[in-house]
Amino acid sequence: MPKRMFSQPGDHIESRHPVTVSRYRGITRLNHWVTAASLIVLLLSGLALFHPSLYFLTGLFGGGQTTRWLHPFVGVLLFFSFLLLFLQMWRLNLPRPEDRTWVSHIGEVVRGEEEKLPELGKYNAGQKFVFWAMSVLIAVLIVSGVMIWQQYFPDLVSIPVRRWAVLIHALAAVAIILTFILHVYAAIWTRGTIRAMTRGTVTGGWAWRHHRKWLRELAGREGGGPAE
Amino acid sequence: MTTDPNLDSPRTAVSNPPVQPMQANLGPGDVVRSSAMPDLPPPTRELTPVAKLIDVSKCIGCKACQSACAEWNDTYPEIEQNVGLYENPHDLTPDMFTLMRFSEYENPQTGDFEWLIRKDGCMHCADPGCLKACPAPGAIVQYSNGIVDFIHENCIGCGYCVTGCPFNIPRISQKTHVSYKCTLCSDRVAVGQGPACAKACPTQAIVFGTKEDMLAHAEARVEDLKSRGYDNAGIYDPQGVGGTHVFYVLHHADQPSLYSNLPEEPRISPVVEGWKGVTKTLGLAAIGAAAIGSVLHGLMTRANKVSAEDETHAEELVEAREPPVPPGREVL
Repeated sequence: MPKRMFSQPGDHIESRHPVTVSRYRGITRLNHWVTAASLIVLLLSGLALFHPSLYFLTGLFGGGQTTRWLHPFVGVLLFFSFLLLFLQMWRLNLPRPEDRTWVSHIGEVVRGEEEKLPELGKYNAGQKFVFWAMSVLIAVLIVSGVMIWQQYFPDLVSIPVRRWAVLIHALAAVAIILTFILHVYAAIWTRGTIRAMTRGTVTGGWAWRHHRKWLRELAGREGGGPAE
Repeated sequence: MTTDPNLDSPRTAVSNPPVQPMQANLGPGDVVRSSAMPDLPPPTRELTPVAKLIDVSKCIGCKACQSACAEWNDTYPEIEQNVGLYENPHDLTPDMFTLMRFSEYENPQTGDFEWLIRKDGCMHCADPGCLKACPAPGAIVQYSNGIVDFIHENCIGCGYCVTGCPFNIPRISQKTHVSYKCTLCSDRVAVGQGPACAKACPTQAIVFGTKEDMLAHAEARVEDLKSRGYDNAGIYDPQGVGGTHVFYVLHHADQPSLYSNLPEEPRISPVVEGWKGVTKTLGLAAIGAAAIGSVLHGLMTRANKVSAEDETHAEELVEAREPPVPPGREVL
């Protein structure tokens, strides 16, 4: 069996008529949704403490004190949950030459004209951007977050450092919310994507249209012998 | 006259409190600023600004102020180990709102040994960094007489006030998860009594009254100190935070840091200003714009849909068992 270049263990052609392709295993999907739920809780509780006009969101968690207590714990959960996702996904998110071509045709991407775009592996440059932006921002958020975690680390850093930490935490939080919006919107706008994270499969047409190298590799592997 | 119940605030801490029944002031109508409440209604009246003056040159370090503070506020500071310093407790704590800090200073000009004792505690800034940083509506308020007070039932214990304060004053209790600091005895001032520390001070190093009276008194004290050879005597009422309602007379006003690191030019850190100013406003605007933009893009443009042709190609590919990468495409 040839070495995988554009796919990861678990990715396979699930049925041939019509073609459906398995994209994410159950454990990866669970991992994704734990991360997503944590991020949403963090977003709501964090925004509540970020702007007075959103303080009412503390009501979702049972008040300001509970929100203040809950937010950092969910942050730790998100960090470890994302770490597991990171370990599964980082290799296929490394930049490749075709990403440059894809980015230079970004206008066509946005118009949905994919004919002139290069064939892509499991992820396009936009997905890779979301992946690396999330990775970097989560690292920044956990480090700056621990520095301002009053309940358990009140004296970890000096007050001047703490001021920078709280500013950086706020800026990184805004950036990750923007990345989150981009991620969710792209998944909705590119029809047929969300089922990859719900049912775990995509249609053959979706794979052909958006991630042809990935599909080719999987099709080639299917031909090599009995199913794995 | 000093305890006239018709006055809006006590004019001294020394005399006994009024005995006539009187309405407590410092109600909601006296709040000029409240944390995380940008649209606060204006106060219904203006109280006379008050101030506590701490004349460091008169202080004998007896700690009567600390005792009076703990007694009035009903706090029980932890009994600690003696580590060879006069400071006790070691620092401000959630149970110790004021602290005598002792510095030993050898004056290079005179060769004299000087014991510089400063009563540390909340300065009640006109521009309070704690209030600016606080995310909880109504947890920190500023009254029109200048007192900055923590309203504990609204406090969420996040510690942002610690981040915002230029003087390192607020302390968060690990038991109640609420922030504490000197209240300038707002509960006493509201009923015509001066702060407990000023009342207890045996040398009147701590005095209380209107800010105007206290400034006049401070100037007279500076004059007196200068006549005794303290050429650099002066008032510490830092304008970087808009002036303070607790202020000092210092014999070395040119070097406030001699007094246990009293900040030279305190102000709300520009980092805190940036966090609570442009980041908060632009950040929320960017998030809102991105959310609305995506919805509009979704409504006004065609989504990227997989065609029947794509599905056919996929079936052909899977049936033909094509190699992973066709020759010639790898260069991309």
